[in-house]
Amino acid sequence: MPMEELFRLLSFGPDGWGDQILAGTWLTIRLALVSAPAGFVLALLLAYGRDRGSAPVRFLGEAFVTVFRGLPELLTIFIIYYGAQMALTEGLAVLGLAPIEIGQFAAGALALTCVFAAFAADVLLASLRYASGEPADAARALGLKPLHICLFIELPLMLRHALPGLSNLWLALIRDTSLVSVIALVELTRASRLAAAATREPFLFYGIACLIYLALSLISAFGLARLQRLVRRGIEEPR
Amino acid sequence: MVAALETYGPQLLEGFRTTVALVVLAMLGGFLVAIPLAAARFSRRRALRGLAHAYSWLFRGTPVLAQLFFVYYGAGQFRAELAQFGLWTWFRDPFFCAALTFALNSASYQSEILHGAIRDVPKAQRDAAHALGLSRWACFRAIILPQAALIAMRPLGNELILTVKASAIASVVTVLDLMGVTRMIYGRTFDLGIFIWAAAVYLVIVEAVRHLIAVAERRLARHLHLDDRRDRRKTGRKAPQNGLPLSTRG
Repeated sequence: MPMEELFRLLSFGPDGWGDQILAGTWLTIRLALVSAPAGFVLALLLAYGRDRGSAPVRFLGEAFVTVFRGLPELLTIFIIYYGAQMALTEGLAVLGLAPIEIGQFAAGALALTCVFAAFAADVLLASLRYASGEPADAARALGLKPLHICLFIELPLMLRHALPGLSNLWLALIRDTSLVSVIALVELTRASRLAAAATREPFLFYGIACLIYLALSLISAFGLARLQRLVRRGIEEPR
Repeated sequence: MVAALETYGPQLLEGFRTTVALVVLAMLGGFLVAIPLAAARFSRRRALRGLAHAYSWLFRGTPVLAQLFFVYYGAGQFRAELAQFGLWTWFRDPFFCAALTFALNSASYQSEILHGAIRDVPKAQRDAAHALGLSRWACFRAIILPQAALIAMRPLGNELILTVKASAIASVVTVLDLMGVTRMIYGRTFDLGIFIWAAAVYLVIVEAVRHLIAVAERRLARHLHLDDRRDRRKTGRKAPQNGLPLSTRG
């Protein structure tokens, strides 16, 4: 393919697909930025619930993690997209209200949140068990109140311990966002698919999509490595 | 919900078979490609190490769905060239493209696991073998490999689970695996129950693999007294190297 043709296809404006790809990339980033914090909060609740909750709470937490960790992400997305829509429509019908359409973005973000939370709950539970051992014992011996032990001893230690695991999950989340393209959300993969179909240049556009994902992964990995160094400042490296 | 199972049971079973075939091909193919990749990571040549690293990043830094589109639709653009070498009949087949993509993708994860497992065998073991006058190959076969196999066991089992989950992505390029059959049936009946059945099947597969791995690991490691926490730390798996996760697959 001649160079000018390549530039024309990737240009911004009516002729090229640059703006669509860029918009798709931005949607991918937004999906990840919404799902990760929501999933993290949910995972924190799950970790504490599984560690110190009553038997039914522990059971529910365990069930949530087993289901969303074990299901293919694609299936999770379908079940949440169609299932939540059906539940909402029927629920509103019972109340005598007109149906509301759940947006694809909300359904996709909810599915990604559940998957992220299930994996993060495992990471955080392991970190919680680590932090609530000797360090919490020491704090108790010093007479700290349970709330203070939780806020000032357990949580900070836990987050530092969990950071590598959570970093991995963030990188996995970026890749998982591509799957919500199946519910017609025009994120990076779907934007590339539309461009590839319209121009008959699949090799070019999927190649570019892969490079953009790779760039997002590399930038994230770089940032997370710096964060890791920051939170481990002044701590002796193991081994 | 049960009626749907009676009508579509045979098709679901067929889909299940396709899923198993995809997973077996991806894992075995991935393992074969992973061996030279892991070996290259130990090479003295910098270029070889760099290439293996780049492969690993390329496949672990991009979603498997984008890779699959790249292979399946991208191949269509080179139809004439592929036909010239008699490869077009292969690349025209979505099942082949999916198996190929999953194998190449899994190879990057498996090579990380193998590389990490071999590297994590304590160096003293190698020194001891050297002191006994064992050749490099004898040392690798008799000393390093058995210990590395044990370390690699759990992460490889994990990778098998992730491959089962990722195999559902093949349905996006019209492969009628378990997920593909499920989507087809939903498209005809709009019965959400079929998704629940598929979910149950996937959960049973994943949990069964998880338990089998745990049992196998306990058996293989019984001489190590894994209940002892200190020993567990020695043989336990290290965090994956160079940032990219061995967790979920997009």
